[in-house]
Amino acid sequence: MNRREFLKRSIVVVAGMALPTAALELIDPKKLLAAKPELRWVFLVDTYKCVGCGFCVKACKIENEVPYDANVTRTWVERYVITRDRKTHIDTPKGALNGFTSRKIDIGEGHTEDIKDEDIEQSFFVPKLCNQCENPPCVQVCPVGATYQTADGVVLVDRKWCIGCGYCIMGCPYGVRFFHPVYHVAEKCNFCYHRITKGMKTACVDACPFSARRIGNLRDLNDPVTKVIMTERVAILKEEYGTKPQVYYLGLSKEVR
Amino acid sequence: MVHGEAWTIKEFFTYPNEYIYWTIQIVMYPFMTGLVAGAFVLSSLYHVFGVKQLKDIARFSLVFSFALLPVAMMPLMLHLQQPQRGIEVMMTPHFTSAIAAFGIVFSTYGMIVAAELWFVYRQHFVQTVQELKAKTSRTAWESFLVPLYSILIMGAWDISEHALEKDEKAVKILAGLGIPVACFLHGYAGFIFGSVKANALWMTPLMPVIFICSAVVSGIALCIVTYVASMELRKLIFAWRRKLNPDLPTTAELKSVELHVVTMTVKYLIMFLILAITLELLDLIFRGYTAVKSWDILRSVIYEKDFTKIFILQYTCGNLIPFILLLMPRLTVRRAVLGTMMVLLGVFMMRWNVVIGGQAFSSSFAGFMDYRLPIWPHDMETFKEGLFGALMVAVTPFVLFYFISRILPVFGQKGGH
Repeated sequence: MNRREFLKRSIVVVAGMALPTAALELIDPKKLLAAKPELRWVFLVDTYKCVGCGFCVKACKIENEVPYDANVTRTWVERYVITRDRKTHIDTPKGALNGFTSRKIDIGEGHTEDIKDEDIEQSFFVPKLCNQCENPPCVQVCPVGATYQTADGVVLVDRKWCIGCGYCIMGCPYGVRFFHPVYHVAEKCNFCYHRITKGMKTACVDACPFSARRIGNLRDLNDPVTKVIMTERVAILKEEYGTKPQVYYLGLSKEVR
Repeated sequence: MVHGEAWTIKEFFTYPNEYIYWTIQIVMYPFMTGLVAGAFVLSSLYHVFGVKQLKDIARFSLVFSFALLPVAMMPLMLHLQQPQRGIEVMMTPHFTSAIAAFGIVFSTYGMIVAAELWFVYRQHFVQTVQELKAKTSRTAWESFLVPLYSILIMGAWDISEHALEKDEKAVKILAGLGIPVACFLHGYAGFIFGSVKANALWMTPLMPVIFICSAVVSGIALCIVTYVASMELRKLIFAWRRKLNPDLPTTAELKSVELHVVTMTVKYLIMFLILAITLELLDLIFRGYTAVKSWDILRSVIYEKDFTKIFILQYTCGNLIPFILLLMPRLTVRRAVLGTMMVLLGVFMMRWNVVIGGQAFSSSFAGFMDYRLPIWPHDMETFKEGLFGALMVAVTPFVLFYFISRILPVFGQKGGH
């Protein structure tokens, strides 16, 4: 083989290899996923409507197979009691799995605090779940890329890839992540991704008797949830972390943590 | 039982999923990498900057750094929920994560230390093999050493003056290259914590620098302690062996601990200690002065909940007292050892107060969490993330050092570098 022929053949080989590589570019999964750019899941919590029954927590645990009695949960409800001395008392016994059955405030390790009715100035409930942040710190810190953000904005965890280092749990300012007691990998609320992608609502939304929880599509301006977010005064949690949470709250108070 | 529940005590309002997820092993991790980096920096002081007084301890600390290296990875593996997937950090790193850099930094550093060791010990390998080959009868150990060294020599048998000079040059370059890499190895451990914006106690750009300074402090301290301890142990062993075999050298003839080596090393330790304390106090003062949202809860953790651990154990026992002990005139070996051991305690407590202290409060800023170190393990989890798991990690470098120093002798070497 002389030099001319060698060069000729090399060009053929390079061109031949470039073709399948170009095909890879054509089926870039990101582009495929972005085929539906008109979708960005958002959540709306109306704290005025929440009564702290805990049905959402129950429904979530059953739907997502988080062991029922385990002291971790993908969603929970917090109770805020503000007394005359301007102190804020907060609790969430077992994440409000069984609702709030006692008037006493749970202060941990089986201790409770009694508050007299006449001392209470204000009291309300705040449901919490993963904020599916636009800029999720948990995705940023995962050392192996086992947690990732989908094109429609939901942050998911790959149970087959998570090494269980716990960095994402540390990185989340909202405390929504934990280790799954059975699978021993990072676990979190994913807006019931298996349901919402099939046209259903999340388990907690379906379970809420008062429509305190609603899910919608931020890109659809006719979506009732989006309409509320666009036209009413909504707030988000812990804005200062720059995570751009996508769970919006109606009636959020300054006491909420 | 949920991971973390066994050792977490919750007080007031904490989010339901909050537990102490990063436990004793994550305290051990920066502590061990700190020792690695510190030991290496100490050996480089001799190789790069030509601090002649450190010659004796330089070779020792280099080998010790090598023995510590695999141990820096151990606490991480013990802490992972899926340790069998730990290798994925190297295979599929996700580079926006600080932890993903681990594989690259760690292996680069490992290669530098191994290469430097090779250049330092090549002359010894060649000479030993030549001596042993000339011998007519060899012990089993000696017959093991000949092929081992021959492989390690990798064909570079030339030990002429010129070749050795080249070796020395290579050692100097590698040691020089190793300093920034060692600092990076540890600075990045600080970055892992300092970059967590969700944690009010951890998030500070000073964290990597504080980590590097305290790493050097702890590395030097451990080298001093181990240097003195192994010198003394050697004497004891020889004295015991002499009873059976009177031909061996007497304890007086053996090289003993050189006070000037210890004094010199202590000087460097104090230098880095001052730097570390300055930065830590700067951080504390700055937090109090700016008093942002998180300060209320941080103050109650620092000044109330963790007061004993921070101000008594870390600053007083770990910094102030050894500082006085080491600075008082007419330093003796015994006092130096006591001082450096207290410094080690101080650095360990600093790691503890960062790692555990950072999880001592809820990110709701409305509650506290307390870590109860599992002492007696009742399952794998409480073993791994309890006292015995930590002890296992602490003991391993010494065991490794013992075996490595059989092959790479650190004592009684004449000549070489």
